[in-house]
Amino acid sequence: MAPRLKLFAPLLLFAVLALFLFRGLELDPQALPSALIDRPLPEFTLPGLGEERDITRGDLLGEAALLNVWATWCVSCRVEHPYLKQLAERGVVIYGINYKDEDADALRWLQELGDPYRANVVDRDGTLGIDLGVYGAPETYLVDAQGIIRYRHVGVVDERVWQTILQPLYQELEPGGGG
Amino acid sequence: MSKLWCALLLLACVATGPALAVIETYEFSSPELEERYQQLSAELRCPKCQNQNIADSNAPISKDLRRLLHQQLEAGASDAEILDYMVARYGEFVRYRPSFTGATAALWVAPVLLLGAAILVALLVLRSRRGERTGSSADLSADEEAQLQTMLHKTERDS
Repeated sequence: MAPRLKLFAPLLLFAVLALFLFRGLELDPQALPSALIDRPLPEFTLPGLGEERDITRGDLLGEAALLNVWATWCVSCRVEHPYLKQLAERGVVIYGINYKDEDADALRWLQELGDPYRANVVDRDGTLGIDLGVYGAPETYLVDAQGIIRYRHVGVVDERVWQTILQPLYQELEPGGGG
Repeated sequence: MSKLWCALLLLACVATGPALAVIETYEFSSPELEERYQQLSAELRCPKCQNQNIADSNAPISKDLRRLLHQQLEAGASDAEILDYMVARYGEFVRYRPSFTGATAALWVAPVLLLGAAILVALLVLRSRRGERTGSSADLSADEEAQLQTMLHKTERDS
């Protein structure tokens, strides 16, 4: 019997390999796990976009919010922008981090395309970006009312991402919010 | 003549390669710091481009990380402090030689285990083959031996 069973070894190997390869189809090698999940948002004091005052970490707390890293040089951010406006209209709190950008360009962008952000932090040198582990735009962090980072999404936030990933987490933190 | 042009074109390609690779240069207060800079920038992985270290990558994030590395070295940070700083922000992914933790154990242990398993299988297969060879010729009974001989003679005659 044993030699007979041995004949099935290649089939078994193939099945295992196929399983791993199939799983691999769905994995995005570009998506890295964030090192900051369940860690507090880093401290910062940076100028506000189009504002006289500085924005600090404390200004973003109090409500669960999305923290969206964007820039005018980022093509995907333009794709994402209309959806962020929809979310803002539904009452989701969104703060922006204008990442390595020119203030004038960023202000023009908001004027032309609309402004979904409650406030924008100007991170001209990318220092806050490095503290957050940002490696490209757009990236979106879900931060709870106490300033703990709950989730990081790399890439465009669209209907699918919001409904399958972000919304359930957001509603857990902010019941009834962002319906 | 066209050969000469080809040669010149090739030469141009070869000559400009290193010039493109140079990204930016930093002034170091000591050669020892510069050496550590080279080592660390070769060991830190670019989070954006993934299969390059930050020394070779010209992605904006790598440029930022090189600047940060330079600043921290000049400020007197130790290698361990710098690596911890990077790992705290970008995860173990950012190191080409991740530290041994629960999450990275499989990375470090798997090659050794796989090699061990391969050697074990090879030994088992070799042993069983040797067993077959010695066993089969020695274990023939007199009848079987006679049968074998007639068969061999038969094939000799046929050919």
